[in-house]
Amino acid sequence: MIASISWLVPRLLPEAMHIPDGFLSLRIAGMAWLLSIAALAYAVTRTNRQLREKQVPLMGVMAAFIFAAQMLNFPVAGGTSGHLIGGALAAILLGPWASMLVMTAVVLVQALLFQDGGLVAMGANILNMAVIACLVGYYVYAGAQRVLGNKARANLASAFAAAWISVFVAALSCAVQLGLSGSSPMQVALPAMGAIHTLIGVGEGLITVGTLAFITATRRDLVESRPSAK
Amino acid sequence: MRSKRWWIVGLIIALGLTVISPLASGWPDGLERVAEDQGFIELQAESFYEIIPDYVLPGVSSEALATVLAGIVGVLVVFGVALGAGYALRGQWTEGETQ
Repeated sequence: MIASISWLVPRLLPEAMHIPDGFLSLRIAGMAWLLSIAALAYAVTRTNRQLREKQVPLMGVMAAFIFAAQMLNFPVAGGTSGHLIGGALAAILLGPWASMLVMTAVVLVQALLFQDGGLVAMGANILNMAVIACLVGYYVYAGAQRVLGNKARANLASAFAAAWISVFVAALSCAVQLGLSGSSPMQVALPAMGAIHTLIGVGEGLITVGTLAFITATRRDLVESRPSAK
Repeated sequence: MRSKRWWIVGLIIALGLTVISPLASGWPDGLERVAEDQGFIELQAESFYEIIPDYVLPGVSSEALATVLAGIVGVLVVFGVALGAGYALRGQWTEGETQ
């Protein structure tokens, strides 16, 4: 029947760096909302100017793929798991602004439909996993491309670096929010979140590189039509 | 894959990933591990409502099937939201326009 016990018994678990409600002070959660809304407003105007017709379905497909991949927790050291965030992957394919909207769609649906990540904390989750992960992923990728060159294999190395660093910085941002909220002292939260995400970032890098290699092999034009941040 | 319907292939791949989601690691993830180790996990507030908690579709007796179904619902909803956002924002860009 429809009514099962699991419907009645709350057993919420935070996923990767999806912050549940309660971990953040209202002040920090509110500030994160303001920063996220400002970034998203800018992302909307930029996407509105830049988005090519072909990228509309790509936004849907990337959001769907990232949502599905985020369900696939992989084990890392010490009985801990992690999963893809996908901000760098989306930013490499869609540019920083459209990818921010894609990641926001993922975080939004996870919070509203799956109770993964809090409602009050959603601003912080958007800030970490959509705004910061996409911006860091995009600029590290663009910077690494300038150093390593725009060749197929160099691009995959750039993508790995972008993915790894985007997760690391997003995790540090999450730790800062926890620290400022008084949930965990900064000098504890920062190294703890940083250390575990150096490992989770390797998984992020491998999945990002694998996905990009697949898309490059099958639909090179999608990889090359990415809008710039300028 | 060369057809205009390439995005259907992408969506099918995403839906296909949900089939292996019951095999995902159930270990606590990065933030959860830190919250447990540092003793602030109990700060977590329960949600005042639930729709598909824990990525398990309620009312399905097989947990593996319920997880796959939850994934399929999520993939389709997220696809629709992102596609809708892109559709609403498209069109201002025209071929040859400088950015």
